[in-house]
Amino acid sequence: MENTVNTDYILELKDVSVSYGGGRNAVDKVSASVSPNTVTAIMGPSGCGKSTLLRAINRLHELYRDITTTGDIFLKGQSIFRMNPMMVRRLAGMVFQRPNPFPTMSIYGNVLAGYRLNNIPLSKAEKDCVVEKSLREVNLWDEVKDSLGKKGTFLSGGQQQRLCIARTLALRPELLLMDEPTSALDPISTARIEELILELKKEYTIVIVTHNMSQAARISCNSMFMYLGELIEFGPTKQMFTKPKDKRTEDYLTGSFG
Amino acid sequence: MKKAFFASPAYRSAKSRAFFIAVCLFSTAAMAPLFLILWELVEKGHRQFRPELFTHVAPTSMEAMLARISGEAIPGGILNGLTGTLTVLTIAILMAIPLGIWTGIYLAEKRGMLMARLVSSLSDLLQGMPSIVVGVIVYVWVVRPMSSYSALAGGVALAVMMLPMVVRSTEESLKMLPVSLKEAGLSLGGSYMSVVLRILLPSAFSGLFTGALLAISRVMGETAPLLVTILGAATVNWDISRPVSSVPLLIWEFYNDPNLVGLIWASSLLLLLAVLGINILAKSIASKWKIQ
Ligand SMILES: Nc1ncnc2c1ncn2[C@@H]1O[C@H](COP(=O)(O)OP(=O)(O)OP(=O)(O)O)[C@@H](O)[C@H]1O
Ligand SMILES: [Mg+2]
Repeated sequence: MENTVNTDYILELKDVSVSYGGGRNAVDKVSASVSPNTVTAIMGPSGCGKSTLLRAINRLHELYRDITTTGDIFLKGQSIFRMNPMMVRRLAGMVFQRPNPFPTMSIYGNVLAGYRLNNIPLSKAEKDCVVEKSLREVNLWDEVKDSLGKKGTFLSGGQQQRLCIARTLALRPELLLMDEPTSALDPISTARIEELILELKKEYTIVIVTHNMSQAARISCNSMFMYLGELIEFGPTKQMFTKPKDKRTEDYLTGSFG
Repeated sequence: MKKAFFASPAYRSAKSRAFFIAVCLFSTAAMAPLFLILWELVEKGHRQFRPELFTHVAPTSMEAMLARISGEAIPGGILNGLTGTLTVLTIAILMAIPLGIWTGIYLAEKRGMLMARLVSSLSDLLQGMPSIVVGVIVYVWVVRPMSSYSALAGGVALAVMMLPMVVRSTEESLKMLPVSLKEAGLSLGGSYMSVVLRILLPSAFSGLFTGALLAISRVMGETAPLLVTILGAATVNWDISRPVSSVPLLIWEFYNDPNLVGLIWASSLLLLLAVLGINILAKSIASKWKIQ
């Protein structure tokens, strides 16, 4: 490979730009590296391109004709654009802003949806094991273990979101991409998901978009601050919150933005 | 003075009451034909509506005349029509539903693309095509090359009529699904095919099923395209390459024979009940399987 990439990083972004066709780039020349077993928070005002960047890592933009992505993204040292998109999406699991369990599937079926979609055959014992392990990881097992056959959509919003995280974890991704996973949830569910993220850090690498600065401070090791599609600042969260390098970061963090 | 009266609560509640009564009256008037038709069919057809209707083929004119003269019920039933309708509908369903669902998926997924817009407009045109024209075309396509009227030809004709309805209902029910469902499936690493088959289609199932049922009930009573494709048959025939009869076709034949007129009502009642039954089934499925 002509590109020398440091394989110590699990995720590397190199000059990533995304355009929705016409106008300015929604994400403009973003470069950053993420080490394994860390939580990276992406912050920035609404419309600055956080979701767009996250979706680029999952190659979701390819589904739409007008969106173009340039630059390169490396997952474990390999360019995602040279990998099979299905493989990329399995390695980098995505959790969306709104919980979206599959409405026709039971809780049990939702957790195993990734295996079904990838045509990975599992024995009954393996299935039970995956379901229990994944639901335990998201602290949902005790709440639903007696109603695994019920539809996932009957759960509360917070439970649904944890189910969606379990569904993603069931496939053992290397990287977990979360787009404001708690924005539709109440404080209690939010707290549980935050705990969960700290727990998951031991085994996974997490990149999380959040609007909530105290949340970022609580859970993340590193933070990115984006503004109008550009990555303004990227570094250890503590440092960014105490001594931001850029005026715009400071303004945003102190709430005097505008 | 006058203004105050029009703004008064009493006036306004009287107005809304009058409006409510008018709505009730008009809806009753709109429903009246259905009940009048049902009543008429029951009254005239109940005598012939008996087990024999389902177990015997249609009588000849002579048999019916003899019965009529002696004042008995007309012997025989419409078994040949029932089996024919069953055969023709099955053929139509087997052709139109898979093809219609594929096309509907295509239209829903490629919305806005030139080809999809073209297919969509053509499908609308097909929907507006007079049924006799469909029949004549199928006569040229199928009956002439096979040099025989056949259940197959009738099935093709009804399939052509069902197709646009199935396409449209598939497209609409897929378009109602949130994009997040598709993205969630793909983000789990599913291939496009498996996401469509395992997630999108099952989620849209109630819409698809309802649409298919309504399409079936719509073509069930079609007569014109069958006149020129299946011809009619006096006996039960399961061979799809040979002429068959159908219930609406039998009704047409009864209408043309003064001795058999008495069978029209029971046959029509049966057809109407079947169509109503399918419609009610479709409605109840639509509400029961609805995805919140
Ligand atoms: N589907 C789309 N088509 C066209 N433009 C879009 C589309 N989605 C987003 N954009 C534009 O791209 C820019 C970045 O949007 P993005 O959704 O990434 O913002 P965000 O940082 O996630 O905002 P929020 O915090 O509100 O979720 C915005 O200016 C938006 O107008
Ligand atoms: Mg967003």
